[in-house]
This record gives sequence, structure tokens and C-alpha cells, in this order.
Amino acid sequence: MDFFSFGKIIVYIDKFIKFINSIFFLVLIIGLSFALIISPIDYLQGDTVRIMYVHVPSAWIGLSIFSMMAIGTLLNFVFKIKNLYLFVKSLAPIGLLFTCLSIVTGSLWGKPTWGTWWAWDARLTSMLILMLFYVFFIIAFKIFKESENLPKILSAISILGIVNIPIIKYSVEWWSTLHQPASIKILGSSSIHSSMLVPLFLMLLVLLLYCALIFLMKYKTEIIKIKKQNIKRL
Amino acid sequence: MLTKKIKSRLFFILSVVFITLLFLIFVYFNLKQNILYFKTPSEIFKVDEIKINSKIRVGGMVKKDSIKQNNREIKFILTDYQKELIVVYNGAVPNLFSEERGAVVEGKLNDKRYLIADRILAKHDENYMPPEMKKILENAK
Repeated sequence: MDFFSFGKIIVYIDKFIKFINSIFFLVLIIGLSFALIISPIDYLQGDTVRIMYVHVPSAWIGLSIFSMMAIGTLLNFVFKIKNLYLFVKSLAPIGLLFTCLSIVTGSLWGKPTWGTWWAWDARLTSMLILMLFYVFFIIAFKIFKESENLPKILSAISILGIVNIPIIKYSVEWWSTLHQPASIKILGSSSIHSSMLVPLFLMLLVLLLYCALIFLMKYKTEIIKIKKQNIKRL
Repeated sequence: MLTKKIKSRLFFILSVVFITLLFLIFVYFNLKQNILYFKTPSEIFKVDEIKINSKIRVGGMVKKDSIKQNNREIKFILTDYQKELIVVYNGAVPNLFSEERGAVVEGKLNDKRYLIADRILAKHDENYMPPEMKKILENAK
């Protein structure tokens, strides 16, 4: 378990942050130039299609971070692993940011395409509920900081929240929604032309790197906070 | 390996999961109708009594060569390839609204075949491609 000692982890985190910092701007410039300049316009939407290159990856990231947080919380609740608690706590803000980003960019896309900023259809509403669950998570961390029941409350929130994840994913197939069905399927071919898939996945890489960067910085801060508390105790 | 404490925590989690599922089923059966953002013209046709003066959303394809426009209003036929609905609307339509594309109209039913719309939304499908690609596809038809 030596590898997981806080002192060693900080060294690895610093190395990783440095690595991401060194390549981030290069990847960002490549990603943005593909998304904004090189990629073609859509036959129907024109330049509006470029919003998709931020909207879709941020929605994916929002969903996957919440799933990771929920699983982490449940494992922490059952097996009491301190590291997992810090892991979940550091993931929450960046997940909330990307969920909000996907809602805002979706709204910006919806106005010129559908003709409305917002519609109460199943996909949009379930995404809003996901955002609320992120907020609940963060509020619970703040309010019940000292409470013994914090893991219990967090796992209740994550169970309630994780049920929402498949609902978001399949809402466009189960019910009639204004939102279009998924273009990219895990199995089977996608209905996005390949010249538009390149910038999409490049932007996904950019946003993932940004996510990792913010997460590691937050994680490091949390570890330092714990170390400080231990020093006080001595 | 599973100690008593861990077992009690697992029990807590399972009970929360159970309650959540019950809650979800309850919500689902109560909201069944409201979850659908729009109805199709055939669904409207099936309903026994029509609720005049209540708002309703209908979605479908705009029928080819059915848009008729004059100074005051736009009139078109919304279809799901089984039943058709005549829609009348005055106001600006979204850019992507055109024939043979999806649209959702919000408004009041006059009778089962006639709807006065307050709002029209264009529906976008899941296909994204550059204009050249679209031409190639059309030529291939």
C-alpha cells in the first residue's frame, strides 16, 4: 500500500499535472482549428453544427463523471476507503461545470435550430435533473462536512442519481422528444459524417485533458488539507 | 471477508435502491402521458373525445408540396404517413422548418383534422453531413 500513501501520490500528481500542462495547449489549438476552421459546415444547419463539438463531449463527460462519483461513493460507503471519498469530492465541481456547459451550449444550439431555447422534453428535463443531483452532492459535502452520516447521505443521493443516467441515455428512444436520437452508437455505424467525427473526438480529448487537470489540482488540495489537519493533531 | 458492519451497510444500500425503484415506478405511471413531448396525428385520431381549447403538441413530418402561405397565415399538412393533420399558423417559422422535415406544433385542436398552432418548432434528425455529401446522396437516389 506504499504506492497509495499521500506523500507519494502528491509526487505523481505533480508529474501528471506538468505533463498535461505541456501538451494541453497544443491539443487545444489542434482541436479548435479542426472544429472551427477545417471541418465542413452542415448541409442543413450551416455553421451552427460547430456547437456540437463542445455540446456532445461535455454531455458525455457530465454523465460519465456522475457515474464514477456514484460508484465511488457506494464503494466508499461499504468499504470505507478514505481515498475514494477525496476522489469523489474532487470530481464533483468539474462534473457540474460540464453538465452546465452541455445545457447552455444545447440551448444556444436549440434557438436557431428548433426555434426555442428550452423545451420540457424527456432528454432536456432529465439532464436538468442530473445537474440538480450534482448540486445536491456539492451541498451535502458542505452542509454535512462534520456529520457521521455523510457517507450514508451521499450514497442515498448517488443511488437516486444513478437511476437517472440510463434514463438520460435512452430518453430519446423510449419517448417522443424534441431532442434528436443519438448519432453515435456504441455498436453500429454513426450517422455523423467522418469529416465531422474527427473534430468531435479531438474536442473530447481536449475536454478530457482539462477535466483531468482540474480534478488533479482539486485532489491535491484535498490531500494537502488532510495533511494539515494531521499536523495540527500532533 | 464481509464483516457485520459491511453487511449492514450493504443492507442500507439495497433498501435505498428498493425504495428508489418503487418511487420511480410510481412516478412513471403517474407521468406516463406527460413524458411524451408530443403526440402523433394517428394518436390524436384514436382519442374518442377531443378536448377543444386545451393545449396540445403534435409532431410529425411536413407533407411534401403541402405548405401554402399568404400574407396572414401559413397552412400545411403534418403527417406520420398514416394520418394527416391540417395546421394553420400565423407568425414566423424557424429556419429549419420546411417540407419533408420533422416539426412539432403546439396549439389547439379545432377538430381531429384541424389544428390552430401558437408555436412551431423544427425537429432536427440525427444526421450530420457536409453539403457535398448530401448532393452525392441525392444523386444516388
